[in-house]
Amino acid sequence: MEPHEEKPIIYTMENKPIVTCAGDQNLFTALYGSLTQQLPREPMEWRRSYGRAPKMIYLEANFVQFKEELLPKEGNKALLTFPFLHIYWTDCCDTEVYKASVKEDMQRWQAALRLHGSVDWLIAVVESDNKKKNKTNILPRTSIVDKIRNDFCNKQSDRCVSLCDPLKESSRSQESWSSFLTKLRTLLLMSFTRNLGRFEDDMRTLREKRTEPGWSFCDYFMVQEELAFVFEMLQQFEEALVQYDELDALFTQYVLNFGAGDGANWLGSFCQPVRSWNGLLLRRPIDMEKRDLIQRGEASLLDLRSYLFSRQCTLLIFLQRPWEVTARALELLHNCVQELRLLEVCFSPPVFQTCLGRFWAVFGACFRYLGLPRVWGVLGVFRTSLGHISDKSGVFLGCSPYKKLKEALSSVEAFEKHYLVSVRSLGDPQSAENFLLDSLKSYVSESWSLPLTHTRKQIAECQKQLQKMDEYLQTSALLASDTNLSEEERRHFCQEILTFASQTAEGKGQQKDARVALSMSSVTRLQELCFRPSSALVHVSAALLLELRLCSLMPVPVTLEHISASIHFTEEQPGSTAQKRAAQNPDGTVTFPAASPASASALELCEMLEHSPSDNTLSSAGLACRNMHLLMRRNDSATSLDTPNTALTALALEDGAQMLRASDVTLSPGNNSIVFTAPPGVYTLRQLCATLGRVQLVLPHLYPVVQYEVYSQEPQLSIQPLTVSHLVCVVVSEHLLAGLPQQVKFTILTGHYSVKKGDALQLSNTDSMPVLHSSTRSARILSSSAELVAESALSIQSSEKVTSISLPVTPPYHTLEFLLDVLCHIPSCPARMESERLTNGQISHRTRSRTRFNSGMTLIDQKVSVDCPWSIYSTLVSLTFHVPFKVKHSLLSVGRRKFIQVCLQNVSDTNFRLTNQTLTENQHTPSLELLSLNTTTHSLVFRQQCVFSVWELRWSGVSPVSLHCEFSASFAPADAPDAALKPYRYHFTLERVSIRPAEGEQDCRTGALCRLEVSLTRLSEPSDSDEEYSDTDGLRTTRLLYEVIDNNSNWAVCGKSSGVVSMPVAAMATHKVHMEVMPLFAGHLPFPSIRLFKYLPHHASPVIPPDTDSCLENDSLSLDDQAETASLRSRGSVQSLGSGESAQPRGPMPKRQAFGPGQVFNGTQGQQVLVLPAADHHLMEVNVT
Amino acid sequence: MAVCIAVIAKENYPLYIRSVPTQGELKFHYTVHTSLDVVEEKISGVGKALADQRELYLGLLYPTEDYKVYGYMTNSKVKFVIVVDSSNTSLRDNEIRSMFRKLHNSFTDVMCNPFYNPGDPIQSKAFDSIVSTMMVQAF
Repeated sequence: MEPHEEKPIIYTMENKPIVTCAGDQNLFTALYGSLTQQLPREPMEWRRSYGRAPKMIYLEANFVQFKEELLPKEGNKALLTFPFLHIYWTDCCDTEVYKASVKEDMQRWQAALRLHGSVDWLIAVVESDNKKKNKTNILPRTSIVDKIRNDFCNKQSDRCVSLCDPLKESSRSQESWSSFLTKLRTLLLMSFTRNLGRFEDDMRTLREKRTEPGWSFCDYFMVQEELAFVFEMLQQFEEALVQYDELDALFTQYVLNFGAGDGANWLGSFCQPVRSWNGLLLRRPIDMEKRDLIQRGEASLLDLRSYLFSRQCTLLIFLQRPWEVTARALELLHNCVQELRLLEVCFSPPVFQTCLGRFWAVFGACFRYLGLPRVWGVLGVFRTSLGHISDKSGVFLGCSPYKKLKEALSSVEAFEKHYLVSVRSLGDPQSAENFLLDSLKSYVSESWSLPLTHTRKQIAECQKQLQKMDEYLQTSALLASDTNLSEEERRHFCQEILTFASQTAEGKGQQKDARVALSMSSVTRLQELCFRPSSALVHVSAALLLELRLCSLMPVPVTLEHISASIHFTEEQPGSTAQKRAAQNPDGTVTFPAASPASASALELCEMLEHSPSDNTLSSAGLACRNMHLLMRRNDSATSLDTPNTALTALALEDGAQMLRASDVTLSPGNNSIVFTAPPGVYTLRQLCATLGRVQLVLPHLYPVVQYEVYSQEPQLSIQPLTVSHLVCVVVSEHLLAGLPQQVKFTILTGHYSVKKGDALQLSNTDSMPVLHSSTRSARILSSSAELVAESALSIQSSEKVTSISLPVTPPYHTLEFLLDVLCHIPSCPARMESERLTNGQISHRTRSRTRFNSGMTLIDQKVSVDCPWSIYSTLVSLTFHVPFKVKHSLLSVGRRKFIQVCLQNVSDTNFRLTNQTLTENQHTPSLELLSLNTTTHSLVFRQQCVFSVWELRWSGVSPVSLHCEFSASFAPADAPDAALKPYRYHFTLERVSIRPAEGEQDCRTGALCRLEVSLTRLSEPSDSDEEYSDTDGLRTTRLLYEVIDNNSNWAVCGKSSGVVSMPVAAMATHKVHMEVMPLFAGHLPFPSIRLFKYLPHHASPVIPPDTDSCLENDSLSLDDQAETASLRSRGSVQSLGSGESAQPRGPMPKRQAFGPGQVFNGTQGQQVLVLPAADHHLMEVNVT
Repeated sequence: MAVCIAVIAKENYPLYIRSVPTQGELKFHYTVHTSLDVVEEKISGVGKALADQRELYLGLLYPTEDYKVYGYMTNSKVKFVIVVDSSNTSLRDNEIRSMFRKLHNSFTDVMCNPFYNPGDPIQSKAFDSIVSTMMVQAF
């Protein structure tokens, strides 16, 4: 091979178009500097043939001395060495000299050019003032330039230019330089256009001949590359690249055609087996070795490809588009493989792999040029290529996130660290594992199951090599349950776990953590949890079974030593547990959702209602997210739970927790069920743990929250009115009605107590509420879930004091129900009871009657004392009865006739039938007659309505002072038979008050004082609660305040009009008060009205807060505006009441309290007294006609 | 004809992948998964102005020595990937386009099924048969 130095061409990028210089060498040398400097200063527009777009081009030139050899010989296609322009330099200004020597020299030069067909020439004449001064005989008309033009440039006057004073800094010199350079550029471009055009034509002709035998691609390659070189030389890298791309495409097409059976002879040289590939060399712009090989037709396919690629890369980098390098590199890689196959080139993978190694180096070099926006593109290229390498060589490369790539791109070393290591990572499982885990993450997050399985398998391989047993087992567990694997593979991984599990801890030496915890979710799937009974709420002695339904994903049956569920004692109110058990179906099953990435990220919202502790009103309401801790955690740092590494740390077993345990459980592939028995208490299930030798399978969290409750309960007795009445009434009252037989329901929750044979409830009898006997009573026994267990007869024995109900045998935690008929007598008004001793030695509480005026019903509380067999204490049960009627009576007068009207109001919601209304007089006064004016004996009284009955009172002789009457009637619900009629009685007393005239006088007279005797009679003995007693001299008395007022100004009360009397507490005790009154008018005057109040001394705190007008205050100022009491004060009548109390202006005041309606009977109401006019001191004429 | 056809959800998990049974299924999974990066790059459109937003066809995603991978993305960012044997030079761009169009139509039908829950793997006989017509018949 010839040494390169002998060739005149230097293949560097410093190549410039060659311009030869002939003539005066010294002159040129002087101008050379400024010429090369100024030529590229301004661009020229280069118009192209074939419609190609014109380009602005900066011209440079390599000026060499003209030699004959430089001129291309015929057939030489070398363009780089082609002299595009020939310049003849002269500074001759003397015609003589010109004619003598210069002209001759020029002619020789011209002849040489013409010989080689070169028409691109220029004659430069340098004019200098210095020379002109010396030569005075210059003709101004015909200069040397003109002469030269005449001699050489026929028709081409522009081929001769003059340059004036080029070395001087004058404007004229500048001007001439500028025009000279323009000329030079124009001519150069003309030469380019002409020569390149011709070259291209030749090249095209050559290409057309490619179907002819003997045509060689290598030859053509050299030709077209020559053109590319020129473009490159002219800085037209785009054009140059096009040349190479055309070559590339042509070659590719040939190979494809070859594959299609259209072979060309010249392709034979490319079919030789690949023995080696030295890789790519991008440092040198042109790989001359390869080029030589191509020139000689000895290049292999890879040589050609890599040479082509290196040239393309060079141009791309000149074009500042290095990213295309990577894309093209990839293409190259694929093309090469493809073409090698098509050409049936023998090819061995190791060679390819070493080739790739070099290929990466190329990448590494390229990456340094890259900016970040392109990184993803690079990554894309990367992934694809790496994916295929992994196919070819069995090495896997992970794709890596952006950050890592960025880091990798920062330096070649880092790049190699991140990516290239993997190529060689077969020897380094540690880094391989990391890469695999990286890629695993992406597969998991995008749920690509097949690549996931494959990657996991590789990870398992690495972990096994690294002896990372925990991780390896976890991966194995996942693989064993992976359905993408074959049965055989799954068995293998399953066996790995089992083998490890059966190894004894000693075999491994001193290992502190002998047990390995694996995530249970990888091996089994918890599908359902089922409670029996379904409520998950049982009492202590009953069995609560908990059935777990696990689906084993293992390929073989696995025998677990035991499986345990850890439970957490929950101290919560029973009410809140119901809320927690929301996930539970009514049939007691809890279905666990299949773990999927989608469901894991879903919001789990629950309602939150907060009640204020004081009055249980809603204080706040809101929504709470239960799995916030999962959703809100940072995504980048915390890895998914599916990756085995992190899952292991979360598998911390809760120690010391209570366990539900089941031993020797075999999990066969598919569904299994495991039954646990629950201990008492309120518990929440927390974890599941299966032990298998040294391996523990742990399910760290159970979601949804599952709770159960095993409780203990005391027996309870409750008595309630039977809400569903047996009456077919329109409105069913939920009250118990007094006077009618009523059903009450006894409910006994047995709790932990079991009712034995002979156990009985002892009810203390009271007279006012007897228990009615009925022969057929039965008790129902209900289980805790309200199912009817049994029904048995109830036997009731009753003695004088006690009613004993013997209970049927009832197991614990059952409900015993039975009904009992009771009757509450209506006490005749007012109700009063003797205190009595009950049989069991307890003082019974007095039954009380109280009146609620707002509801209009009188209530009777009946306390029943019940002795229960399970307790030594009696249970006191309160029943409230409602008196259905309210009776009022009134005395009506017509002249001297008196009528008694009784109004009976039905205050209940039940309609009643009323019969036999009678009014009797208790004292059986013979002169008295009560005549019924009622037409019907039967009447219906509807709810909330009244029935009126009227009797006329007839008497002979003196009217009785008081009448003790009793109204009685029988009543029954409207639709009940006559047998159900119950009596109703009402007692009342009528009394009489009289005014007697003064002693000795027959009649009262106007203006004369009369004596008024007020007679107060206690008709009934008061109940102790009703009135205040004061003990004076051992006599129990009640203090009453009386007041005589005449509102109609008929009477003038003289002296004391009011006072306090002490009434002895005894029936018929009478207190008479005498006072003086003066009638002011004559005629039949009504009696002055007498008001009666209870007088409460100040020390007794009144039960009912007094009204303001019922206050008797000694402080006179406070009474000013009270008109009613004003009269009292003016008469000073009160002063006598409390002399000591007047000293206390404010303080506990004595109170007066009005009597209830019907409590006071005014005997003189409606009576009149005859008052005669005063003694006739004046004459009064009475004319009688 | 195609050797592998895949439908990828917006979130990049596979809704449907079918490949010719003769070659490794795993390999196609890798191929399709890898292609998603190229899709990502193409649609992110950094550096070049997106000519037509309505153009769903993404063209050749990348060639491998064995296969050519073509991509298509619906407006709802569901990606279709068709893998074609590299040796199959008879397939023109237009034919690939029409395959995608057919696939898209069939996919639309699947989505219109009221019993189909969007996001679930596609299990549809009609879709299967359309895919079958585009796949290389295994012999």
